[in-house]
Amino acid sequence: MKRKPPIIKITNLDFSYREHPVLEAVDLEIPEGELGSIVGPNGGGKTTLLKLILGLLQPDRGIIEVFGEKPEKGRRKIGYMPQHVHLDPLFPVSVLNVVLMGQIGKLSGGLFGGYPRQALETARAALDEVGLSDCEKDSFHQLSGGQRQRVLIARALCTEPQLLLLDEPTANIDQRSEENLYETLVRLNRRMTILLVSHDLGFVSQIVKSVICVNRQVVIHPTSNINGTLIKEIYGGDFNLVRHDHRCDKDGHHSM
Amino acid sequence: MDFFYALADPDNAFLRLSLAVGLLSSIAFGIIGTYVVTRRISYLAGAVSHCVLGGIGGALWLRAIFKIEWLDPVYGALLAALVAAFIVGRFGHNPGQREETMIGATWAIGMALGIIFIDLTPGYFDITSYLFGDILLVSSHDLKLIIALDLIIIIFVTSCYHQLLAVCFDEEFARLRGLNVELFYQLLLALTAVTVVLLIRVVGIVMVVAMLTLPAAAASLWTRRLSGMMLLAIFLSAISIVSGLGLSYNANLSSGPVIILFAGALYFLMAGWKKLYK
Repeated sequence: MKRKPPIIKITNLDFSYREHPVLEAVDLEIPEGELGSIVGPNGGGKTTLLKLILGLLQPDRGIIEVFGEKPEKGRRKIGYMPQHVHLDPLFPVSVLNVVLMGQIGKLSGGLFGGYPRQALETARAALDEVGLSDCEKDSFHQLSGGQRQRVLIARALCTEPQLLLLDEPTANIDQRSEENLYETLVRLNRRMTILLVSHDLGFVSQIVKSVICVNRQVVIHPTSNINGTLIKEIYGGDFNLVRHDHRCDKDGHHSM
Repeated sequence: MDFFYALADPDNAFLRLSLAVGLLSSIAFGIIGTYVVTRRISYLAGAVSHCVLGGIGGALWLRAIFKIEWLDPVYGALLAALVAAFIVGRFGHNPGQREETMIGATWAIGMALGIIFIDLTPGYFDITSYLFGDILLVSSHDLKLIIALDLIIIIFVTSCYHQLLAVCFDEEFARLRGLNVELFYQLLLALTAVTVVLLIRVVGIVMVVAMLTLPAAAASLWTRRLSGMMLLAIFLSAISIVSGLGLSYNANLSSGPVIILFAGALYFLMAGWKKLYK
């Protein structure tokens, strides 16, 4: 079967921040249907990589294609969930209105322009997807950290994306909500590609198809040869979970 | 009670006019104040308001030196405020670029220029009413300007409510969704600038930012939506202005500071109440 073109293609990319190299000689291809986890040390360039893909930063060298287009264009198909810590915790806004922001680009404006019924339906479906249907009238700032994170995932889903990009979805949430989150992600992965930044490699390895290690350089590792029992045996030795012995070829990994 | 008798006195048209200006300016204070507080740009609004003095001074100087009779200081004030809003919006908005330093510099330079221009202008000019406001000096022309401002604000905010909400809540996300974030932000700042210029009549350059922030901050203690916060901020701002005007008239005090003290007292009482009984 002929392979579909990758939805993200990065070729020979360099990025430096005030003359400090952050990413060097990055080649990366993300195939459609991927469920990948981006891991690496703090300051290793994980968030930078996300921002480059989103066109929020410009590379010094190299090419980024998102759905075959420049990031500024292709990003319309990306549902992005930032870390909620950069948001004002006191901002007076309802959960539903936060999720509706996913539809903001489709709003025509005009006098007393509100959201059309269609947008409301999309937003409510997204809230249902993350299990927060009962909270739509609540204030965003009343929610717990984990719930806020889920609202932001719902907002990303409300953009009706083909690629979901999640920055640390597991930060500040308890074990149980983390398990719920992973169930949700596996379910969503049946209809969209997902990339998430995570610290929690051991757990993530149960669901992700590949692990993208970012530490100035970017290397993809498949996780296909790792099963649940193995994880339990070696839990704690997180980096044993991925094959570091070789670099995958450019077609990506051959998992599943 | 004297104040209410005085209001009814047919000779006191100026007092009724002041009251009308005060009540109508509450609309602008409440709505723009809500954005200033939630978007956390009060420091920026402070820079804009102090630059207004530069515009006033510049206009007075030009009028005196080049005999431009039609040049009212309010035009200079508007121009200075819009330029300052553009500068701080464009350059004071880059995290990591020491934005407060930029904003503080604009603040001080604008004010210093104003005082130098007034020094250079022949004749004596009292800037007290610009610095501290005097709502009793407003004219029916001011009233018309404020009505126009209120209308523009109401139309802008009702037609772009969701866009402004998205830009203020999470600018980065709004940009990713294809919203022209810079445009909305600059429009909001421009509107803040015009509001500041027209409302220095009420509380003056030095205190106008307090009227933009105190009622809105007090309102935010009791509301969970941006729209609710606006309505309550308008109400609290109206209460402060009416009480301040009444007390200053009765006790023969400067109106601007008394209005600010009412707004400040409302804020601290409410914040304290909230802390104690939560």
